[in-house]
Amino acid sequence: MTESSYRIHGETGEWEVVIGLEVHAQVTSNAKLMSGAATAFGAEPNSQVSLIDAAMPGMLPTVNGECIRQAVRTGMALGAVINKWSRFDRKNYFYADLPQGYQISQLYHPLVGEGAIEVSLDEKDPNAVTKTIGIERIHVEQDAGKLMHDQHPTRSYVDLNRAGVALMEIVSRPDMRSPQEAGAYLAKLRSIVRYVGSCDGNMDQGSMRADVNVSVRRPGEEFGTRTETKNVNSVRFVMQVVEIEAKRQVEVIEAGGRIVQETRLFDPDRGETRSMRSKEDAHDYRYFPDPDLLPLELDDAFLDECKASLPELPDAKRGRYESELGLSAYNAAVLTADADTARWFEALLAESARVAGKSETELARPAANWLISDLFGALNKLGKDLDESPVSPVQGAELLALAADGTLSGPLAKQVFEIMLETGDSAPKIVEERGLKQTSDTGAIEAVIAGVLAANPNQLEQYRGGKEALFGFFVGQTMKAMQGKANPAVVNELLKKALG
Amino acid sequence: MTDLTELGVAALRDGIRTSKFSAREVADQFIVKVSKAKALNAFIVETPDHAMAAARAADEAVAKGEALKPLAGVPIGMKDLFCTKGVQTTAASHILEGFKPVYESTVSQNLWDAGAGMLGKLNMDQFAMGSSNETSYFGNVISPWRRGGGDKAPLAPGGSSGGSSAAVAARLCPGATGTDTGGSIRQPAAFVGISGIKPTYGRCSRWGTIAFASSLDQAGPMARDVKDCAILLEAMSGFDAKDSTSLNLPVPKWEEGLNSDLRGKKIGIPAEYLIDGSPPEIVQLWETGIEWLKDAGAEIVEVSLPHTKYALPAYYIIAPAEASSNLARYDGVRYGLRELAEGANLQEMYAATRAAGFGEEVKRRILIGTYVLSAGFYDAYFTQASKVRTLIARDFENAWAVCDYLLTPTAPSAAFALGDKSADPLAMYLNDVFTVPSSLAGLPAMSVPGGLDKDGLPLGLQIIGKPLDEQGVLNAGLAIEQRAGFVARPDAWW
Repeated sequence: MTESSYRIHGETGEWEVVIGLEVHAQVTSNAKLMSGAATAFGAEPNSQVSLIDAAMPGMLPTVNGECIRQAVRTGMALGAVINKWSRFDRKNYFYADLPQGYQISQLYHPLVGEGAIEVSLDEKDPNAVTKTIGIERIHVEQDAGKLMHDQHPTRSYVDLNRAGVALMEIVSRPDMRSPQEAGAYLAKLRSIVRYVGSCDGNMDQGSMRADVNVSVRRPGEEFGTRTETKNVNSVRFVMQVVEIEAKRQVEVIEAGGRIVQETRLFDPDRGETRSMRSKEDAHDYRYFPDPDLLPLELDDAFLDECKASLPELPDAKRGRYESELGLSAYNAAVLTADADTARWFEALLAESARVAGKSETELARPAANWLISDLFGALNKLGKDLDESPVSPVQGAELLALAADGTLSGPLAKQVFEIMLETGDSAPKIVEERGLKQTSDTGAIEAVIAGVLAANPNQLEQYRGGKEALFGFFVGQTMKAMQGKANPAVVNELLKKALG
Repeated sequence: MTDLTELGVAALRDGIRTSKFSAREVADQFIVKVSKAKALNAFIVETPDHAMAAARAADEAVAKGEALKPLAGVPIGMKDLFCTKGVQTTAASHILEGFKPVYESTVSQNLWDAGAGMLGKLNMDQFAMGSSNETSYFGNVISPWRRGGGDKAPLAPGGSSGGSSAAVAARLCPGATGTDTGGSIRQPAAFVGISGIKPTYGRCSRWGTIAFASSLDQAGPMARDVKDCAILLEAMSGFDAKDSTSLNLPVPKWEEGLNSDLRGKKIGIPAEYLIDGSPPEIVQLWETGIEWLKDAGAEIVEVSLPHTKYALPAYYIIAPAEASSNLARYDGVRYGLRELAEGANLQEMYAATRAAGFGEEVKRRILIGTYVLSAGFYDAYFTQASKVRTLIARDFENAWAVCDYLLTPTAPSAAFALGDKSADPLAMYLNDVFTVPSSLAGLPAMSVPGGLDKDGLPLGLQIIGKPLDEQGVLNAGLAIEQRAGFVARPDAWW
């Protein structure tokens, strides 16, 4: 572990920032944590509310096993201790978005205990600083409903669709020391839950959100008083909150003030955090074991099944891409940062190997390069995500196969790809219909070279006079005359011969 | 015409089955009786149509020669704590006045599935909090019993299942459902001279039963005798996936298994249940009960349950704590009462609704519960009480090493007059002193009538059994019932 050098330069000297995150991740599940109600995003208000979610008299919760399974898998992916015995507690407080008057959560005995993840400030740089961030616990709990205060002049509306949806609260240790570390941690966490499939990680839909705990101190001294900024919903915003809040705290302290432990809100438009409620008038959360539910006891068979169902995780995958596929650290990092990208790449690679009849190892590098530069470049221009790509992995593999067997030169492949994007046609079809095959016909190429040399006597003279850099000019002219279809290797060889 | 309301559950069931009388006649007679007993205030809502529909179904089945359901055509009373589809369910509270659930509680559904019909929703202590039935928003239930010698003071039918006890004792229904959190089936049964059993926690599903204290609440039957209790309990019980604390076990055939021969059984007499100041009749009845059980073949052993004296304080921490949480949902937002003053904000609406909607005893327990769960006092009260609960359960486990059942009085006194204790909550709480320990331990326990006190009021004996041994409890109850020969009943003054 390398200590962060991030410092806030105050009037009276340097300050270090201490950050812990509590990340709420919505569990991917068809049903809520304690009822059978559906959980789809964007449904009509109050259309996904069971009698239990609405806290009708006499209704009882029953635990949805799939939510527990997903939380256990997540814990395993974070290398955390899975507690075979855990228990649900009620967190009692009055609020309009909480129909029962309490939230079912796990305070005393969480499902998942300690774990840790490695984060790198730049995953794409093999020499970048890496740091281990401790995970304190993961517990599962119910989400609250949503209040809408702007729908009616005097009334507030309540949408209980989210009420009772399963959340994993992933609590870190206060191990982060810079906005970059906090951002990298959250990004890594999101990557892992997406790999595991336990949360879709869509922060803009509220599937994942972070409470950011920030305090400042003189380097090496005791922890200072922290504030908690609630419900921050992007990696960028988390980094901003750390920066803004740490700076604010330093200013308060240096002006002779004191930091009060409180809950704050982030206002991205004004770039500030604001006090929501201080600890003194905070809710008195009354906790006690939920008497409607028995303790959760997990057996070995269940844990084994959870373990067996885990996919290859991003760090392992990145290592394998480098060692087995021979990809650069940069490419391996880009391809594994996101589960969907890795899946796309692996589909492309498998299909390429099948079509070309070659090994994956042999094709990995061109496939990675094509995906990262050509496809990502094109998607970027189109403003589309990978899952909206107009070119499928199978179509990409056909294109790569044509390049691998020499049918298409690099420039020709790019040209064919452009046409694929426009027409949606397959590469073989385009090559066939438009005659875009690369040619190695020496007779034809020699004839063109003769023409090029005849048409450029001045350059020829200069070249022969020792200006060898003009070789590339002749290559270019030849390729141009052949509409890019000539095999560049053959062109090179024949040109050298012709130029003597 | 025979007065069919004189018959109990078994006799009605058998009579309908053998066409001695029709289920319709049975329902008719009970419906009339209920409608004439307003003075007892035992029912909040009467549902003659429901009883009649079940009777028709039973009579049709008899006519077609079909196999009859276990309770075909037997009408019963349903404590208003059980949610009944389309029928007002209030837990005797103002805050739920007018609430008609769109669902049926598992226990009531089980009874309807067994062919029973509903005569109405029985009055009770509000949210099942009380031992005298004086906390109902719909007024006190009056016990059908009166002291001898022309004393017309209205007496408490016990609580919280006071409507159930009064209705069964007054022959307004042959049996009724009750719920027992700290004695709410057994104490009212003892007060009116009927039988009632609280089964092992988890035998009856709590789904659709309005919660008071979830870790203690358990439904059970109240009826005129032990056999009727066995029949009703069999119909009410069973695993329910909708209740996580429901026991996934088959329901034994308790009625078939009834046997009052107690040879080879050991009955424990817990020394700690002999408390100072007990009325002599209570002590005497207990001693008589011991003789009856000996007569049935049982061996009597002295046992000690050393933590008994801590049971009541622990109960009055745990039950209010759970209640304060369970009752938080009654906030005026989704159903029931809403008090919304002009310009009031959300918090003010909550406060006004709850202030108007809950009775004094309910508020008292919510406040106690909120206090004992608050961050500063949680360890001092709730954690401590939970530990006591464990010790009490251990006391019973130790007792089971030397005996099969325990025999105790059900309540520390006979029924008292309404108003006598309502001003003194602590005196009221003492009514539960004998019933609370077994509730904290989740054990099956029943009360059977044993005799009368000097005023001619019924007194009950309690049998507490091992977990899941309802059969043993019923058998010991039957042995007492056969020897007590309890036939006393209130005069129909209402």
